[in-house]
Amino acid sequence: MSRPPQPPVYLERRSYRRRRLIDAIRLLPFLGFILFLLPLLAINGSDATGGSTAWGGLYLFAAWAGLIALSAGLVRWLSHFDDDEPEEGPPQ
Amino acid sequence: MAKRVLLIEDEPNIIQAISFILSRDGWTVDTHADGATAVAEVERRAPDVVILDVMLPNRSGFDILQDLRAAEATEALPVLMLTARGQKRDRELAERYGASRFMTKPFSNAEVLDTVRALTEA
Amino acid sequence: MIGFDVLVGVCLGYVAILFAVAFAAEQRAQRAEVNWLRSPLIYTLSLSIYCTAWTFYGAVGYAVRSGLEFVTIYLGPTLVMIGWWWVVRKLVRIGRTQRITSIADLISSRYGKSNLLGVVVTVLAVVGTTPYIALQLQSVTLSFAVLAADEGTTLNPEDLQTTALIVAAGLAFFTILFGTRRLDTNERHPGVVTAIALEAAVKLIALLAVGIFVVWGVASGPADILARTEASRIAAWQPDGARWATLIFLAAAAFLCLPRMFQVMVVENADERHVAVASWAFPGYLFLMSLFVVPIAVVGLQTLPEGNPDLYVLTLPLALGEERLALLAFLGGFSSATSMVIVAAIALSTMVSNHIVMPIWLRAGDPGAVVSGDVRQVVMVSRRVSIGAILALGYLYFLFTGGTGALAAIGLIAFAGLAQVLPAMLGGIFWRGATRVGAAAGLILGFSVWAYTLFLPSFGGTFIMSETFLAQGPFGIAALRPQALLGMEGIDPLVHAVLWSILLNTAAFIVGSLFSFPRPLERLQGAQFVNVFEHSANPRGWSGGAAEAEDLLIMSQRILGSKEAQALFRTAAAVQGKSGDYADITPEFLETLERELASSVGAATAHAMISQIVGGSAVSMEDLLAVADETAQIMEYSLRLQEQSQELERTATQLREANEKLTALSIQKDAFLSQISHELRTPMTSIRAFSEILMAGSTQEAEQSRFSSIIHDEAKRLTRLLDDLLDLSVLENGQVTLNWQDADLHDILERAVAATTSMEGQPRLNVLRDPDAESIAFTTDADRLSQVFINLITNAQKYCTAEAPELRISVTQAGDGGGVHVDFVDNGAGIPRESEAVIFEKFSRLSDKSQAGGAGLGLAICREIMGKLGGSISYQPSEAGTAFRVILPQREAQAAE
Repeated sequence: MSRPPQPPVYLERRSYRRRRLIDAIRLLPFLGFILFLLPLLAINGSDATGGSTAWGGLYLFAAWAGLIALSAGLVRWLSHFDDDEPEEGPPQ
Repeated sequence: MAKRVLLIEDEPNIIQAISFILSRDGWTVDTHADGATAVAEVERRAPDVVILDVMLPNRSGFDILQDLRAAEATEALPVLMLTARGQKRDRELAERYGASRFMTKPFSNAEVLDTVRALTEA
Repeated sequence: MIGFDVLVGVCLGYVAILFAVAFAAEQRAQRAEVNWLRSPLIYTLSLSIYCTAWTFYGAVGYAVRSGLEFVTIYLGPTLVMIGWWWVVRKLVRIGRTQRITSIADLISSRYGKSNLLGVVVTVLAVVGTTPYIALQLQSVTLSFAVLAADEGTTLNPEDLQTTALIVAAGLAFFTILFGTRRLDTNERHPGVVTAIALEAAVKLIALLAVGIFVVWGVASGPADILARTEASRIAAWQPDGARWATLIFLAAAAFLCLPRMFQVMVVENADERHVAVASWAFPGYLFLMSLFVVPIAVVGLQTLPEGNPDLYVLTLPLALGEERLALLAFLGGFSSATSMVIVAAIALSTMVSNHIVMPIWLRAGDPGAVVSGDVRQVVMVSRRVSIGAILALGYLYFLFTGGTGALAAIGLIAFAGLAQVLPAMLGGIFWRGATRVGAAAGLILGFSVWAYTLFLPSFGGTFIMSETFLAQGPFGIAALRPQALLGMEGIDPLVHAVLWSILLNTAAFIVGSLFSFPRPLERLQGAQFVNVFEHSANPRGWSGGAAEAEDLLIMSQRILGSKEAQALFRTAAAVQGKSGDYADITPEFLETLERELASSVGAATAHAMISQIVGGSAVSMEDLLAVADETAQIMEYSLRLQEQSQELERTATQLREANEKLTALSIQKDAFLSQISHELRTPMTSIRAFSEILMAGSTQEAEQSRFSSIIHDEAKRLTRLLDDLLDLSVLENGQVTLNWQDADLHDILERAVAATTSMEGQPRLNVLRDPDAESIAFTTDADRLSQVFINLITNAQKYCTAEAPELRISVTQAGDGGGVHVDFVDNGAGIPRESEAVIFEKFSRLSDKSQAGGAGLGLAICREIMGKLGGSISYQPSEAGTAFRVILPQREAQAAE
């Protein structure tokens, strides 16, 4: 009783890539946290004359939008991998 | 030069059968029946393919396979695993420990032949 | 100018649309046409119940008061969703595999189905959510009053209360109608979710419309808005770092812990892949919701400096004569408020009913009726009553505090209260060592600290805590001042409370967990939660076949009720294109059926029940364990309710023993089957291989005859094995009939020796006997006894290692009821000491010389036969060679003398 050819033992490039992609997804919230804390330094550091709320807000919204775009990109990329291998691997 | 197969199996009749099938196809077949010394035998003979039974005297085929995969020289050696226990767990273990192929006894001669050929062509 | 009638008409029309949408979605879901209902878009939109009226209207007011700080409320959830891989993904998987119904259920299940924890979290949720519901009622009535005032009708406080009452009653009606339509252990409500998704779209469009109007209609574009912002008093805002970080944390925690969020995010989730999409789409939604907050605030401040900033979203379009826009904004706010209340009521009613009402009812009633139909009825009624009660509570809270500004502050206070669940939740899914004691300690301490430092002081000295108490601490102890614990003065009260409550909560949780010892169920649940991806990676599958549709139907009727079961079978038959009541037993159908049964009796039991009927696939060890666990849980649960602690102890012990026995049996069975497989397949392999060689032809004659004889030998070996197996199974199952007759021991031994020495090809063995001692007459089954002797003699033939093999058979009469001893001693090497214990076990062939024939069943058969004959067989280790002693019972020997 033979079976169809087994997948090779060693991790393929593909699943290696997928794991690193997941690493990136895991790191995103930390990046976000750092980005969201930066305006404090900026607004506090600008001599407190009050003119920076608008620019601080602009920065914040830009960082926010960037984070969302990055996340969307990574998730879409991941979905290409998961179409045919829904396996769950331990972090490498 | 004929390619060489090392058959690690302890059932004399099965040894005879596989040796006959492969020799007729032009392979050089060496056989070995003991689990404890199997790894050393593989290193000594340096075959092109190993056919490895799971239930061997003195040492399990899975242990042997793990040792082979851990050593640099035999890390990528094609190993065809045979078992007569026919359990899912055996297949899973074989996959986990890095068997190149896995077959449940009884097998058809053509399958053995095809698999051994395929393993050396790749 | 909007006519009052128009306003009421629009409201009613909008509500009617919501009902229609919910109804249609519910219908489609029942006909299983749920494709677009289960889309990631709907999931993402349903998450937006995070944005309540408090954020819809209040964010602008918040921006007026505290600049950009309002975005923290959105940044927290953004980080949680962007980091979905860490927590949300895991929660969703756990929710699905463990069939979690609420956040209280999550905590309770994780910590060994602890009802105490379920109650604590439920109470916390009710306390934290009721003011929030009141806040929504307030926002609806206020916005209603604003529009009415614009039309010229001034609503007095009584009218406002009536409005709130109507809204509360309407919401209760909607929630009961669509939240408790049917009882499904998944606790999913496609109708509600779809209606909420629609509302989410409405509120986003409303806010965007107002924002676009403000930026391009009132101001002359983004640059103008920037300039106006710089000029407004918002520009003077100074961020407070501690408060900023605390608020982001708090919003993130609340996003995970709020009962309504848990409901839409985990319980209503239909497909795990939706989480991946929502991970960026929902932050996108939040981004859009907050994009125009500052512009609206800035323009509002300029246009209506005296107005209430909390209502700028509504009053700004009104003041500028854009009545349709105002109406849209009103609908947006209305949507925010109602969707929050509906989901919160569903989530809370599930918790109240499952963790408070049902345990009490079960204790009062007969706990035996856990699965019967009337329980479902009780659950349904208790859900409906709970929904009514929760909305009534919210309404009363509104009545007593309404109109005052106290409500506005409640949002963050509620967040901080519910965030107390966070340590137990995160600890529960990431740390196997977290225990019930730790979770309870953390929750209770955290909740108390929250009440002491934030909730009670929020009443400003009018409720329980006096102003003196606040200012000087209890009994004048300054270190215990609620807003300056241990003298920590000068920091924001919210930061102070969150810091202390979460810190002490986490510390108590960790210390409690480290120093307590979890019960077995807790450890099991802990492992299943923490390692959920390993446990649920391979869904169990069915290979259909032997199952009888009728048997399945009968079983399902017992569990689901006959109507439901028949409907289920008919639907499946229809799907398969068959008429009639019986569906074909396809793997798909079995899985559906199993899911349905699982919602009544638990997953493991359902799996085991079906596999009983399906037959073919054996119940695995995991199944048996899971059944035992489930049974243990149910037993433990109902018993604890009756507070019969002794009974519990005893039952637990029994269950543990039963469990161990099952495990041992199952392991043995597995090993046995695997051995049989090996023993059967090995000769089959040779037979097949050589037959194929022969069939292919082109072999020489000598080879042909050699191969044929191998086939012949292996076939004989196979037959012998099958005979032995049959023999053994007959003996073991006690189906054997013994042929008792008078016999002479000498004759039997004579026959056995003759049979063995005449066998061809056996090695020469010299058998030494003493015929005189052997002549004993007694009653036995002579054929069976000689089978034992033959086995012992052949063993000596095969395994005796001496050069001149010799077997001595000696018979002695033991006095005093000791029976007759027949000893078989050879001059070989004997059996290694470590193997003595196993030689009578099945397949315990000691040497690997399998060619010696037999599969190691011989001695096992001997032992069975001797047991049946009333005697015994044992190995005698003291002798020089291999020595077996057969003891024949004395009674028979005497009876025949």
